[in-house]
Amino acid sequence: MSRKAAIKAEADRLRGTFEARGAEVFETDVLQPAGALLDLYGEDIRARAFVTHDPLRGEMMLRPDFTIPLVQRHMREGRGQGRYTYAGEVFRRQEDDPDRASEYFQVGFELFDGQGPAQTDAEVFATFAEILLPLGLKAAMGDIGLLRAAVEGLPTSAARKAALLHHLWRPRRFRSLLGRYAKPGEDRAILQSSDPLAGKVEVGLRTAEEILARLHHLRDDREVPPLPRDEIALVDALLAVRGKAHDAVSQLRDLAIDLPSIGAAVDRLTDRFDALEGRGVDLRRLDFEAAYGRTTLEYYDGFVFGFYAEGRPGLPPVASGGRYDALTRAIGGGDGVPAVGGVIRPGLLIDLGMAA
Amino acid sequence: MTLRLGVPSKGRLMEKTFAWFGARGVDLALSGHAREYAGAVEGVDGVELVMVSAGEVPRELEAGRIHLGVTGIDMVREKIARWEDKVRQVASLGFGGADLVIAVPDCWVDVATLDDLDQVATLFRAAHGHRLRIATKYHRVIRDFLREQGVGDYQLVDSQGATEGTVKNLTAEAIADITSTGETLRANHLRVLEDGLVLRSQAALFKTRAETWTPTARDAWAALSKRLGV
Repeated sequence: MSRKAAIKAEADRLRGTFEARGAEVFETDVLQPAGALLDLYGEDIRARAFVTHDPLRGEMMLRPDFTIPLVQRHMREGRGQGRYTYAGEVFRRQEDDPDRASEYFQVGFELFDGQGPAQTDAEVFATFAEILLPLGLKAAMGDIGLLRAAVEGLPTSAARKAALLHHLWRPRRFRSLLGRYAKPGEDRAILQSSDPLAGKVEVGLRTAEEILARLHHLRDDREVPPLPRDEIALVDALLAVRGKAHDAVSQLRDLAIDLPSIGAAVDRLTDRFDALEGRGVDLRRLDFEAAYGRTTLEYYDGFVFGFYAEGRPGLPPVASGGRYDALTRAIGGGDGVPAVGGVIRPGLLIDLGMAA
Repeated sequence: MTLRLGVPSKGRLMEKTFAWFGARGVDLALSGHAREYAGAVEGVDGVELVMVSAGEVPRELEAGRIHLGVTGIDMVREKIARWEDKVRQVASLGFGGADLVIAVPDCWVDVATLDDLDQVATLFRAAHGHRLRIATKYHRVIRDFLREQGVGDYQLVDSQGATEGTVKNLTAEAIADITSTGETLRANHLRVLEDGLVLRSQAALFKTRAETWTPTARDAWAALSKRLGV
């Protein structure tokens, strides 16, 4: 059997495993309209996906994942709950690492469910852990919800919090925003001007009203008191939390004394760990990092996880996933459904010697 | 096989390249008709002159069809993924200097830096229903730069020429392009962001890392590099 045939057989087997857990099979086209993907991911997706042009359909993309088309269909059909699985190839441009595949199989398991996020998070992770058990992989976990809660609790303006939340997934910009908010408001000469657009020729779509409105906003922002340094230190301390599951929780509990805004998020994390233990997951083998998943796809906004082959640092995660409630809201035009899921790469299972 | 040297096939870049080599005792000349894209090299043995469009020099180097090539640093960065692995810059030639910059309408008095641009991009998207468009032909370089700087909510639109006009024509909100004096930018009511310098480019001599080096080509390069002092 060729490698590809073996991967295909393994993908079918895995999908069958998820079907046996009540998941409905989802199919979608390889060629996807580029518009929605570009709108969600922004320009970066062009560096990661193959964009092509169809004379009739316009800009198209070779399917970079199944999750977006799945969420689109789920939201379009106005479904509430749903359990899905899929298996097929995805396509990713590799500009930086020639050793990474630009075409590979993914098998997914995605749950749309309003019934207690701790239980659904745990179900997805525990299902993956059980399937991957023979490989003895290392599992890592994070929770973007902790950082989100910390930002929402910062003693600063709503506009500044919104800017920070917007850049949760861009650590460098996030850091530079925090640095700027720690200083007294910037006093630009233009903010003093009574006629800031004097002598300027207006060009482009952005209107004078938009420019004046932002100047107004900058004047307001100038008055916002600087963010205390110790508040920033607490955010840094949060991002530095890492350890085995129980150890991480006690670090977070200590931190929550000074950073009470994360209290509810830590409770949710504890509930998730309890639910995981209830499903037989050995927490002693689980690494938790508060900053985990911060630089990957920005649709994960809560629980995030990955499974890695130890001693193979060059290998991408064998499986990964997380919660993406906000993505369902973005696609659903404001209405969302709590959703969590993940994918396994059957090709890597074959490479690691897990036979069907 | 002889050492193949790729040189821009026309314009000032060609003339200045000829002058640069000439000043170092290596005479490059077009053979026969001026319109025939072939040339001759005198002053060092075993070197063949290949006339190539400056924009195609990176591709020819990457493929190993030429051993050496003269082109802009900007072209190499844009056209070759992981360029450091594919070519080596052996000399800067001191001409063809230009900066790749990000510029916005001068009337955007609230936008001085990339930080402002990032904030405005978010507001723009909310107000106009699409991402702020930056017109450029340097897609890879600009995308990498803006990712590194953490700017989101923008999109690149392709512009292969007259890029400064795209803002006025309402096909883009900002541009990323090469400028030497900034005059065209000013004439089109555009202004470079304070931290909008992406790359300082100039003409450079590049050597391919492709597996195309025969012993004769190596010998010719040894002689040529000695003559050129690079």
